[in-house]
Amino acid sequence: MRFTPLGDRAVTITIGERIDEATHRTVRAVCARLTERPVAGVLELVPAFASVVVHYDPLRVPPCVPPRDPRMRVPELAHPYERFISMLSATLHDLRAAAPAPSRLVEIPVLYGGEGGPDLEEVARHHALDADSVVRMHAAGDYLVHMVGFAPGFAYLGGLAPELATPRRDVPRTHVPAGSVGIGGAQTGVYPVDSPGGWRIIGRTMLRMFDAARSPASLLQVGDRVRFRVVTAEEASVR
Amino acid sequence: MMEVVSPGLLTSVQDLGRYGHQHEGVSPGGAMDAFALRAANLLTGNDENAAALEVTMQGPTLRFVRDTAFALGGADLSATVEGTPVPPWRTVLARAGSRLAFGAGTGCRTYVAVAGGVDVPSVLGSRSTCLRAGFGGHEGRALRKGDRLRIGAAPPLAGRIIAALAAGGTRRTAAACVIAPWGISSSLRPRYSAAPVVRLIEGAHVSLLTADARQRLVRNDLRVGAQSDRMGYRLEGPTLETTGGRDLLSEGVAFGTVQLPPGGVPIVLMADRQTTGGYPRIGEVASVDLPLLAQLRPGDRLRFRTVTVGEAQAAEAQREAELAQARLAIRLRHP
Repeated sequence: MRFTPLGDRAVTITIGERIDEATHRTVRAVCARLTERPVAGVLELVPAFASVVVHYDPLRVPPCVPPRDPRMRVPELAHPYERFISMLSATLHDLRAAAPAPSRLVEIPVLYGGEGGPDLEEVARHHALDADSVVRMHAAGDYLVHMVGFAPGFAYLGGLAPELATPRRDVPRTHVPAGSVGIGGAQTGVYPVDSPGGWRIIGRTMLRMFDAARSPASLLQVGDRVRFRVVTAEEASVR
Repeated sequence: MMEVVSPGLLTSVQDLGRYGHQHEGVSPGGAMDAFALRAANLLTGNDENAAALEVTMQGPTLRFVRDTAFALGGADLSATVEGTPVPPWRTVLARAGSRLAFGAGTGCRTYVAVAGGVDVPSVLGSRSTCLRAGFGGHEGRALRKGDRLRIGAAPPLAGRIIAALAAGGTRRTAAACVIAPWGISSSLRPRYSAAPVVRLIEGAHVSLLTADARQRLVRNDLRVGAQSDRMGYRLEGPTLETTGGRDLLSEGVAFGTVQLPPGGVPIVLMADRQTTGGYPRIGEVASVDLPLLAQLRPGDRLRFRTVTVGEAQAAEAQREAELAQARLAIRLRHP
């Protein structure tokens, strides 16, 4: 585990180099430990694929207690970030290889194709498959939320079948509606708000991925397992 | 209550931002120039985090329905109350019915703090406006003509400041406003400039820059590009080449993180930044100098000077101590 300053109000804890489940478990264990044993000055934690950024207020990091013997200066702990990293390190030093933390399973109903999935046919053609096969393979996936970022409620999902990886559009759309389910390169996910976007849109969900008035605001949280469920137009229109 | 007679270029409700939801992709947002917002709030007797209006370059015209104490912090945008010039960094008591308007000026953003704060609902712990996702602040958007904004009840210190100003104004009953004879001195303010030197902490990926590029980053003036906004500032100048860094994993970023995308034009992440990013991070602007950036308009220039994290934190601690003294001085003046 490596601790480096991210400017003067944050620290990056680097846990690994790759996107995989073991690294993800350690990321979650680090967040759990820092939540159970709060370190003074912490504002919030931002977990990602292989790191956790800890945002802190340097003015709230406790001052060093000077040693009794004035000859024993500890100059390397003079600055808040040094003291803060020292406290983080002490809090995490005995973190064992983590057991899998409990996960929620979130099911996302998707109306594939049609108006909400304008790129489904193109994705199928790209892989010399038919649209039904693409839908079946996408919905059969067992996905993991590694991190939420880029936009409120946008979850980075691991687990897209390599056979479905499709390059982004050369020219992004200026408007992709909220709820759009897409594939961008080797990633898949759901656009939580209306935004421009270059992913291949294969379907749409009626679920609100982000709602500022809801608690929690983001439907998907780090560590959730996600499955997409095929719904028919009739089921979708009932909502 | 304030009425928006005309909205200005981009006026929105902001406080010091929302924390605790970055893990859900919610940007902290908040004031671009946090020092100016805090100072303006101090001057009105508000809590430092009270919601204010962030005004951008071309200011709005606002009508105060009742007698209202306000203060401006940040750029001098030639503010007037019913034609009487009012300077920034001073508390002003405006009469009921009077209008605050702006003209041309230097700098980019000014904050209108009103005693009691702008009274909009708190969303996810803050009254700041998230323009991108459309929530918070006033209906999740910039102000429009005809908007009416409630003002909160003035806290006790604000009440005493208002009383002192009102007492001082009885000699000029015809005046639409009374300006306090005291304010935030220039020695306390950041060294605002259209071509500032900005302190930069070297970033995690600075070693990816070629030696030449590293020199160019700190030797040359960089120009704030036209597409710069609350999300980020593009810094145009000599192209900076990297060796590698195309497959970095997305990680958390901060206000002031300097990213270098493949095109070679660095971007400084600002208040409405995305919470995570995958481009190389070549530097982090010292927090104490973020207000300098917030006051730059497209076309203005800056130059970076590298400092250590320790130096940056020491400078910020110094500024905080001075602000605390100003806070104390205002209290002592209004027992």
